[in-house]
Parts: sequence; C-alpha cells; structure tokens
Amino acid sequence: MRIPLSWLREYAQVPADATAEDVMAELVKVGLEEEDVHRPTDEISGPIVVGQVLSVLKEEQTNGKTINWCQVRVVPEGTAQTLRNEGIDPSGVQGIICGAHNFVAGDKVVVTLPGAVLPGDFRISARQTYGHLSAGMIASAKELGLGEDHDGIIVLSRLGLDPEVGADAMELLGLYDQAAEINVTPDRSYAFSIRGVAREYAHATNTPYTDPASLVSVDAPSAAGHPVKLADDAGIYGKDGCDRFVTRLVRNVNTALPTPPWMASRLNLAGMRSISLVVDISNYVMLELGQPLHFYDADKLTGPITVRRANTGETLLTLDAKERKLHPEDLLITDESGAIGIAGVMGGASTEVSDATDSVLIEAAHFEPITIARSRRRHKLPSEASKRFERGVDWEIADRAAQRAVDLLVELAGGTSTTLITDEGAAPAPVLIELPAEFASKLIGIDYTVEQITWALEEIGAEVRRTDSGYMVTAPTWRPDLETKQDLTEEIARLVGYRLIPSTLPTAPPGRGYSRVQAQRRRAIQALADSGLTEVLSYPFVTKAQNDTFGAARAGEVRAVKLNNPMSSEFGFMRTSILPGLLGIARRNHGRGFRDLALYEAGQVFLPGATLGTASVPPLGIKPSEAELDALYGGLPHQPTHIAAVLTGHDSPVAADHAPRVFDWADALDTAKLVGDVLGVEVVVSQGAHQAFHPGRTAALSLRDGTHVGYAGELHPKLLAELDLPERTVAMEINADELFEAAADVIVAKEISTFPISTQDVALVVDAGIVAADVLETLREGAGELLEDIALFDVYSGAGIEEGKKSLAFGLRFRAADRTLTADEVSEARAAAVALAAERFAAVQR
Amino acid sequence: MSESTHPEVAVANDQSPVVPHPTDEAGIDAVVQAALAAFAAASNLDELKAARLGHTGEKSPLALANREIGRLDKSEKATAGKLMGASRGRVNKALAARTEVLEAENAARILVEETVDVTAAPRRRRVGARHPLSTLQDRVSDIFVGMGWEIAEGPEIESEWFNFDALNFAPDHPAREMQDTFFIEPVDSHLLLRTHTSPVQVRSMLERELPIYVLCPGRVYRTDELDATHTPVFHQFEGLAIDKDLTMADLRGTLEHFARQMFGEDASIRLRPNFFPFTEPSAELDIWHPGAKGGPRWIEWGGCGMVNPNVLRAAGIDPEAYSGFAFGMGVERTLMFRNEVPDMHDMIEGDIRFSEHFGMEI
Repeated sequence: MRIPLSWLREYAQVPADATAEDVMAELVKVGLEEEDVHRPTDEISGPIVVGQVLSVLKEEQTNGKTINWCQVRVVPEGTAQTLRNEGIDPSGVQGIICGAHNFVAGDKVVVTLPGAVLPGDFRISARQTYGHLSAGMIASAKELGLGEDHDGIIVLSRLGLDPEVGADAMELLGLYDQAAEINVTPDRSYAFSIRGVAREYAHATNTPYTDPASLVSVDAPSAAGHPVKLADDAGIYGKDGCDRFVTRLVRNVNTALPTPPWMASRLNLAGMRSISLVVDISNYVMLELGQPLHFYDADKLTGPITVRRANTGETLLTLDAKERKLHPEDLLITDESGAIGIAGVMGGASTEVSDATDSVLIEAAHFEPITIARSRRRHKLPSEASKRFERGVDWEIADRAAQRAVDLLVELAGGTSTTLITDEGAAPAPVLIELPAEFASKLIGIDYTVEQITWALEEIGAEVRRTDSGYMVTAPTWRPDLETKQDLTEEIARLVGYRLIPSTLPTAPPGRGYSRVQAQRRRAIQALADSGLTEVLSYPFVTKAQNDTFGAARAGEVRAVKLNNPMSSEFGFMRTSILPGLLGIARRNHGRGFRDLALYEAGQVFLPGATLGTASVPPLGIKPSEAELDALYGGLPHQPTHIAAVLTGHDSPVAADHAPRVFDWADALDTAKLVGDVLGVEVVVSQGAHQAFHPGRTAALSLRDGTHVGYAGELHPKLLAELDLPERTVAMEINADELFEAAADVIVAKEISTFPISTQDVALVVDAGIVAADVLETLREGAGELLEDIALFDVYSGAGIEEGKKSLAFGLRFRAADRTLTADEVSEARAAAVALAAERFAAVQR
Repeated sequence: MSESTHPEVAVANDQSPVVPHPTDEAGIDAVVQAALAAFAAASNLDELKAARLGHTGEKSPLALANREIGRLDKSEKATAGKLMGASRGRVNKALAARTEVLEAENAARILVEETVDVTAAPRRRRVGARHPLSTLQDRVSDIFVGMGWEIAEGPEIESEWFNFDALNFAPDHPAREMQDTFFIEPVDSHLLLRTHTSPVQVRSMLERELPIYVLCPGRVYRTDELDATHTPVFHQFEGLAIDKDLTMADLRGTLEHFARQMFGEDASIRLRPNFFPFTEPSAELDIWHPGAKGGPRWIEWGGCGMVNPNVLRAAGIDPEAYSGFAFGMGVERTLMFRNEVPDMHDMIEGDIRFSEHFGMEI
C-alpha cells in the first residue's frame, strides 16, 4: 500500500516538513513494514510553470507534418522574468515548437523551461529545431509521468484550472507530493486504505485522527433503489457469500470530463494509473475508505440484481474481454440477462461503463473472504478489489463509500444524485471478546494499568466495558482480525509499545544434550572434513533420468517424489540419491580450475512408500485423532540421511619434494569405511554392481548382519564422459541412518594381553576371480582364537604365478591371553588356517 | 693441518722417543705437558685421535715409562707408581675434556649442515572444510543446548497439516499463499516441501513431555527464484518454549541472550509488531549488530511471538494452562550479515573456495 502524504494529512496530523521516510518510520513502530519511497521530485525538477499561449503559427514541414511555432508567456503580464537559466528569455515570453494540436492561442498550458528535468533524465534546453530556437516544451501528462496522453498536451482549463501565468505547475499538478509504501500483513485488511493507515499513524504518534467515514453524511433514501436479492444458497462453511449490498444511482454523468490533477496525482502516487474520471473515482474511494466499488452502466442492466452462486456450465464475458467458465462455488452478480460479474473479483463486459454512459449504478457490497479468495485464485484474477475482500472489509463502510462516490460523481463528473438507495443484508453480530483483567499483563510480562488497557483498546476503535473479572470488548467493525483475548493483548502491547517489554531469561529444565543420532551425524560429518574432504550442500531437485541412474543398482524406473510446481520442469523430482547434485558441484569446481577434489554432502533423500499423503487434512485448532495422526505420519515418504562423497585428482597438493597420490577406487571405499569407523560400526565390503559405477570396480557396502547400506568405487567411464568429469572419478554413498542404528550403545572393553606376539606370513596362490576378503575371512576362521589380527599386505600376479591365478600375502599375528605361545602352537594354528583356505578355494601355499 | 707444524706431536710420534724415568718428576711432567698441549691443539676428533695415540698409546713415552715401573726396586716402585698414576690421570682427564668439547662441536656442525628451507615445505595432508551453513547451525544448536534446550528435527517433505493447519494457517487465508509453497504431485496427497521448520514445533509438542524447550534447525523450501538474496532451498532455525506462565519478556530475554552469544556482548534486539498465524502477539525481530559492515546498525533478523492458542490446541495442549513463545531466523541471512557473505550464490554453488575459506569454524 502506497500512502501519498497529502492524502494522509487530510485525516492525520503529519508535520508539514515530514518526508515519506519519516512517516514510514512512525508506521513501522506500530507493525507496518517499510517497503519503499515514491517521490516524483526524484525524477522531475523545474522550472516548470504555467504559461499562456500568445500565438500559434502553423508551419507545414517537408515531411508532411505540421508543427506549431508558439509564443508563450511564462511570467504574469507586466512583470519581469526572474529566472536566469540559459535559454530563458528575459522578456518572459518563450518561443516553443509544439507538435500537438489540441490547443489554441489563449490556452493556459504547462511549460517546462530550459533547465527542467523530466522522468527518464530528459533534460530540457533551448535547441534549434524546424528552423527556430525552441526554448522549452509544452508538456503532456505522459511527459510529466502523470499517466497516458489522451489528446496531446495538458490544457489547464480543461482540468477546470485557471491559474496565474508563471505559477509553479509542479505544485499545481501535485508533483511535490510523495508516498510512503508499506507492506501490509495479511491480517491487517484495514491498512489497505488511507482511513486505516491514518489511524495507525495517529496510534504511532499519539496525535488526533479524523475518520474519513465520519465526514460522509449518507443521504436518506427517498424511494427504493435498484431491486437486489441476496440468494446465496451454498455459502462456503455455511457463511453467506454476500451480507450487504448497497446501490446508488447517479444520473447525467459526463464521462468526458477529465480527472482533476489532485486526484490523478494521488492515484499515480498510490500506484494506480489515472484511467478515466469515472474509473478514477471508484479507485479513489476504494483507496480512501477500503471499500471496493463496482460501477454499472445503469441503462445496460436488465431487471433486478440477484447475488447467487454460479450454475454448472454458466459463463461470463469479463471486463478484460475473456470468456470465463464459472464454477458452482463462484459468487455471481446477476440480472435477468444472466451473470454480470464475479462478485468482488471482476465485472462483466455487458454492463460496463463506457463513454456513452449517462447513469451509473454504484455497487458497494460486503463479500465473504474465502469465496472471493477462491474465485480470484480459480480465475487467476488478482485485483485491488479482491485483495481487500479476501482480507475482510468493514461491513459498516459500504453505504458511506457509496455516498462518497455519489458525492464525487456529482462534484467532478457533473452527475445528478438520486436518493434511490438499496441497502440489502443484515449486519453481523458484533464481535464481543472477554479480556480477563490480568491476561495481557501475564502474557506480555508488563503490569498494564487499567488506564493503559482501556486507552489502547479505545484508541483502535473498540468499545470497552469493565466487568467484575476484567473487560468486555466490542471489536471495531473494520478489524475482522480481532477475535481473541490474545489479539487484544497484541493491540495493547503494540500501542503501549513493544519497546517497554522487559527482558527475563526463562530456565529450561535439565536438558539431555544432543540425541544419539544428532551426535552421531555430527561426528560423521565432522570426521569427513577432518580427514580432508570439503562439505558442500546441493539442491535436492533432480531429473527423472538422474533418479533412474543413481537411485537403483539396476536400470529401470525408480520411484521418486515428483513436484507439482518445480522451479524448472526438468528438475522436477526430489532426489533419491545425493550423488547427482554432488557430481554437479564437482563439475562446477572442475570447470573453475580445481582438478583435485574431495567433496561430500550429508542430507535427506526421499523414497516414497506405498501410500503417498492423505486424502484429507484434519481441521485447524484441534488435535487430530491418533488414527488421523498415524495416517499423516504414514503418508510421508521415507527420508533417510545419506552421506555421499566424490573424489578426483590428487589426494594432497602437488608440491616440491612431495609426490601426491591419485585418488582411486580404494579411496572411495576408505571414505565409506571411515564413516563406519567413527561411529564404531564395521562397514563390510563385497564385490558389487551398480549401473552408475564401473562394473569391475564397485563395492557393495553392508553391515556385519548383511544389511545393505550403499555403494563405493569408481564411477562408470561412460557416465563420467557424459557428465564431463575426469576419468577415474570415484564416489561413495551410504545410508547413514543404518549406521547410526547399528552402532553399539555401550562398547564393552577388550582384555589386553601383554604376552609376546608371534607373527607368521602366509602367501597363497588362488584363482584370480577369488576375492581377497573371502580368503582373509577364511584364514581368520581357520586360525582360530589364537589369531589376534590378520592383514593382506601384498597381491601379486605375473612371473612365477600361473596364468589366471594370483598370490595373496597375509601377515598373521598370534597371541594368547594367558601364556606365551609355543612355536608348535603357532605353526598348528597357521597350518589350520592354510588348510581351510585350501579346502574352500583350492589355495596353494607359495 | 700437517703434523710438522705441531712439534709436540712430532716428538710423540718419533720412532725413538725420549722416555723419562718413572721417578723423574720433571721428565714425566714434561711428557704430560706435551700431551696436554697436543690435546689442546687438536681441532677435530681425528687430530685428537692422533694425539691420543701419540701421547697415551703403547709406544708413547708415558706408556713406556709406566712399563719401567715393574723393573724398579721395591723402594722406588711406590714413588714411581704414585707419580705415574697421577700423571696418567691428568692426561686422561684432559683427553676426556677435549673429547667432549670436540664431540659437541661436531654434533653442532652436523645440525647446521642439516638446515632446510622451511618455507619450501610441502603440504602433505589434504585439508578439509565444513560448509559454513552447516557449521553455523551447529554453533546455534550448541548455544541452545548449553541453555538446557534440546534439538528437534523433522522431515523435509511434510504433510500440509503440519506445515499449515496445525500452525493456524486457515485453508483460504492469504498468509498461506504468501508462503510460496512447493507442492508434491498429486496435489490431493496434501504433501509439500516444508516452507519453514515450524512443523517440527508441532511434532515436538505432540511427541514430547511438557515443558518443552526445543530448537529446530533444518532445510526449508520456497518457490523463490535464486538471486543475490533469495534461494528456493534454504535453512532456518526456530525455537519453541512451552511452559507455565511464559511471557513475551521471556521471549525477549531468550533472544537477547542468544544474540549476544552470536554477535558479542554489545548486541541487542528490538521487537516490532508483525503478523504470523502461529503467534499472537507477533513481532518482527531486529538485531543491533555492533560489528556490521559499514558500522553498527539494526538488521531485520527474524520473526517471533507468543504461541497462538490454536497451535497449542492442535497439539492437545491446554492454552489456559500453558503458554509459550516461538522464534525463527534464516541461517543464510544470518551468515550473510554475520560473516559478510555478499551473495547467496556463494552459499549454494558449492565452490570449494567458499567452504575452505571458513575451514571448520564460523
């Protein structure tokens, strides 16, 4: 909402030298948000004066155009020119070329003199054109930023003005005015009017306020006005779509008359273009009082007006010349010809006011917010009117707003008032709110006095009555947002001032610190950074193809959550894997010149279950039943935390005297294992297969109990080529929730034997296809409990080893808890280990 | 250094040295003096070794004189033994002292020779980094955990009821549309990407015992185009306290404490009236940021207020018995003005320079 200061001053006491910023600063104190400042003088500067055309010499040009060579007096006759800008004639008469033809000698016009600046940094100077020195410009409304040109330059007499020659035209046209733009929160419908904002300004500054509604005196009806029937038989939530419908008839309206400059200027500053006098009056009243109006050409109406819901299949040609299919929930204004408007949203073309209109029927109605909100949304027709109706309009204001429009049509459009008045509907019951005496003090933490409470509530327009237990408050009709004692408390707190609220620190009960999972997640995330990886955060929006590639080991369609209104239709799905986003970030970094990358991300992935969502939503303000809650919980996709990493390039910076290693598949596995290590969970590796990974260099990751938790290895070369990432880029992704879950609550200490160690090496030749982990586990099993530790220290194939075979060398460490092992005991255990490997894999000692 | 320049050593090395009689005090002393002079003249361990061999070796005058003792009369033996013992002791002591000095010199020289250019040292370990948005959430969580609060979390795909209805957003109220929500297909599944972390507040109230003091950090979504100050995917932290007799003064006190932890002891806060469906009264929260770029000033930080009774009712809590307050701030916004991040793009693009600059701290 933009508030022209000149308008605000009519109803509130704004200091003469206050700027829009000053006004905004006051309004912010009471809860309106500052948005912007609008000041024509930021774009326009004078000298811009009233001139009188002394003579017009028509000169035909070779290009067929006729231009006017005009002599224009810009100081009162008999006085001297005091302006000294270059190009301003000391005689007080300027020679000016003008292309418009809507004026004659004797007309008073707006002259922008040399030195003036118009919107768009258009600087006026004396310049040679069409064979003359044109020293200034005769301005049109458009050139001054005042709206569209209808027929050339501004002729002041046609605006009903006869100012003195030489007068400041900027003053005359309201160009020194300025507007404060505030953001209105959705509960404060009344702040969408000068009436409401002036009241707020008075609250903020504790100065007097004049309610513009109180300045309107409503005519007594002489006879029934246009017949209106309120016939809503399908109100939403049982509420009537329309509970007041006022009509007024004004005859003999002259639609050709111009909008006076003061009104045009205010509308412009308020952000609404001046369109035509009749439309402008309708908008002006809406901005001033907050009541949207609709004007009908009374002669185009067919019979009585009925307000009802739309019938199935009904249509309406709206003002914007579009054929609208109506919905049974749309509230319509109809006459005997059918629909003539969607209530509160947009009128119909058939009854539109036009240049030929003589009699105007004014509608000032009160519509139910939800009905208007839904129609507006359904027809995608946001408007200044629907914005106000959706948020709630003062029921009481309708007849006064209609009267204000009548008065303006009479005053400015030559109309003849009639007292044929319709006022259908019944006033809603007043909203009574009980406020216990101590409630506000207890909720805010300030001991409010009776005087403060009464003052604040009366200040906002409420009626306050003391009761035994506190106050009985009647909410003002323009404040539909006030319903509860909490609402009243906010009013008291904000009028007395939030700044007075003291500061106390409540003591929480003894806390339990981070939950197990929170601590585990943080440890895992920190460990990866500690081990040299860089954490990044990617958007979880992915393509269908990305989910299909990364979301499952085998090709096929991956079930994923689809967005109804994604930012881009391509990235219309929620991720089932972190890797697509992470690889995108890897590519971006690579593109920016970083060849050595170790990136990771921890975050949720989204895996839809059997049911998606719920068919309905429980109502607000009450606790849903257990069954309803179960359904809400059950309808959510599974959203586990995954951790993924991507590695490419060197493991450390290339430097003098240091040869870094190149990341390979084993680093991906190592990264996954590290996550397990810091959580105290063993991540078990086995040969795996995943479509996004190299078929021969992929590990399936699992827990000891066999639960699958992810993949690690080298990415598929074809995929890397498609992604424009370096060859041999490796990655891992692990379901961290599974690891968190598997971690032991309590780790039981192991006995530490101090008896001597006995080490043995074993080299076994096996088929090349046999995996090391299996042989290692077999040796561990065969060696029995004397084996303390076993490690693979060499893998060899080549000279000395049969084709298709490989040699695996293991170091075995034996130790007993209670004695020094004898050489025989160790040999026996070693032999048993080798024997089991021989049995299972036909392994032969080398 | 040639041996000929050292006459004492030359004497000692002579094939036929003059061997004094073991009772010849003056003669023995001359031999001892010669040895001491030779040790003192040795400038390195090799020269000292040569001097040692010449003056204490088997063929040295001292050794030869000593050997004579056996052939002496019993009467002379005692005198000669005493003289020779003392003389050999003097020589050995001098040798040991000189050895120690030269060994120390030698060790020091080796260390000097081992000097490296420390400025050429390679970085052998890869240095990792946390994302500052993630570090900042940890920092905020630590502050509240330190106050006895607990951390609550919830899903990012959320039911419409938790995101809106439970928080007193009426189905057709304009406030609901202003949330710029991502909806899940099909729309009649009533699922969405949470637009704030407030659904976690509702979950906390449904799942936890009263009183409740929780902080809810996490990722949220709005359909804003990415620009310098907006991103469709961002992070918030919200606080919720439900207890008996909580007041707006308690809200202010909590926020002030928190603000000082984040921005220093000179930070303070300001509340301005505002509207949120889930709080009444509601306030906009400004922070006085003493270290703000361009000088101390008020910065819009978040929203807060006293929990709307309808929200308590949705969680089955009696609003007549309990009251509560809630507040919420954007993590990105906090990072922007706390750490002077000029552009949202830096936070979401994943450029490693952004994370690595912060390292593990914020």
